[in-house]
Amino acid sequence: MSRFDILRTGRAAASGQPSTLKAVQHRDAEANPSAAALAEKFGGAVKRREVIWGETIVYVDQARVHEIISWLHDDPSQQYDFLADVTAVEYRDAEVPVEVVWHLRSLPYRRFLRVKVQLPKGQPMAVASVYDIYKSADWLERECYDMFGIQFSGHPDLRRILMWESYKEGFPLRKDFPLRGRFSRSEQLRQSLAQNPEARYSMEELSIADAFAELPEDMKRRLSKGERTGE
Amino acid sequence: MGLSAPSEHRTVAYAPESQEGWVATRLDFLVNWARANSLWPMPFGTACCAIEFMATAASDFDLARFGMERMSFSPRQADVLICAGRVPFKLAPILRRIWQQMPQPKWCISMGACASTGGMFDNYAVVQGIDTIIPVDVYVPGCPPRPEALIYGIRMLQEKVKNERAADKGTRDEMEPDPKSQLYIPPSVIDELGEPFGNSVNQTRSGL
Repeated sequence: MSRFDILRTGRAAASGQPSTLKAVQHRDAEANPSAAALAEKFGGAVKRREVIWGETIVYVDQARVHEIISWLHDDPSQQYDFLADVTAVEYRDAEVPVEVVWHLRSLPYRRFLRVKVQLPKGQPMAVASVYDIYKSADWLERECYDMFGIQFSGHPDLRRILMWESYKEGFPLRKDFPLRGRFSRSEQLRQSLAQNPEARYSMEELSIADAFAELPEDMKRRLSKGERTGE
Repeated sequence: MGLSAPSEHRTVAYAPESQEGWVATRLDFLVNWARANSLWPMPFGTACCAIEFMATAASDFDLARFGMERMSFSPRQADVLICAGRVPFKLAPILRRIWQQMPQPKWCISMGACASTGGMFDNYAVVQGIDTIIPVDVYVPGCPPRPEALIYGIRMLQEKVKNERAADKGTRDEMEPDPKSQLYIPPSVIDELGEPFGNSVNQTRSGL
């Protein structure tokens, strides 16, 4: 049986038991059938597909990635219902484009698919947010923005998540970012000490609007004065 | 923030002719003996050093032998801040806020290589030694230090506490950071200490 066949357990079980794959080929192992389905459905928007160590990678068109992921999520023959990760890859070679990667998993079909978009360097890097398809994309995209500076258009609250919000040095995981940061140590320290540690608890984040009456007096006062937390 | 106005006596002057009388020294001895043997730690654990700190507090090594059986998770009831683990820049204002919330007299132990110097994390995100944020009394080396090492550091701190004198007003002042830079040590010194060394000299800084 193919490793991409649907497995049923119990009385409905067909022949064959799930087994751990052994001796996976480096390249050109059996591809995830979703890749072929994507190529059939979207044609030219699917630029290239690769199978590396048994995992299927699909390079898709930047403009249609939202449509493609939406179809993968909704189509009954795909049902990619779990977004495992959104991240980006930048290569040292300045000619090689930056890649944004979505790791999709289909729990009903036991499939894993890696969708990639290539963003040429030297242009503003923006892709569509998939927040409206997967709610888990919220923080994943924020982290990707924080570390790589990729704009996810359509994200409801795209701001820094790991670094503090007034961080001015840029995007730390970019190749042109020096490991020690751009500023001197004392300047970094001065800027980090200038942040307000209590500013992280925003009304929006904690949805404390319901519990407003139970808040401490000083916090009530500050929030009612319209103190926008964060920056 | 301090209860009294800052005095000029920031250093302990050892001059036998100016020492207090017998009663004052005996009183000092009594107060210091009580203080040194009931230091309540405020554990500020951020990394693997905190695991060693837990081991130190657990029954095998048993910090309670030194009067530290009560972890004070409120800085307002703590005597000694034990910073165990690396401190990222995002945590720097929080650590300073906790330090400023602790009442005098207070002491600080920097536990492990990361808290003392930044350790192997010589990068954009990690504070290069918490002594750039708050004053530190005892540095405990190790990555992470074994419980014996932490206990040795605590014993050193107890020795320091036992040698304090009530007449020395400098030990009771709240140290205020420099109002301009908001740092305890001059920015030029921080930059100098943060210079790359060893294998890391090959890394270059771009801009600024």
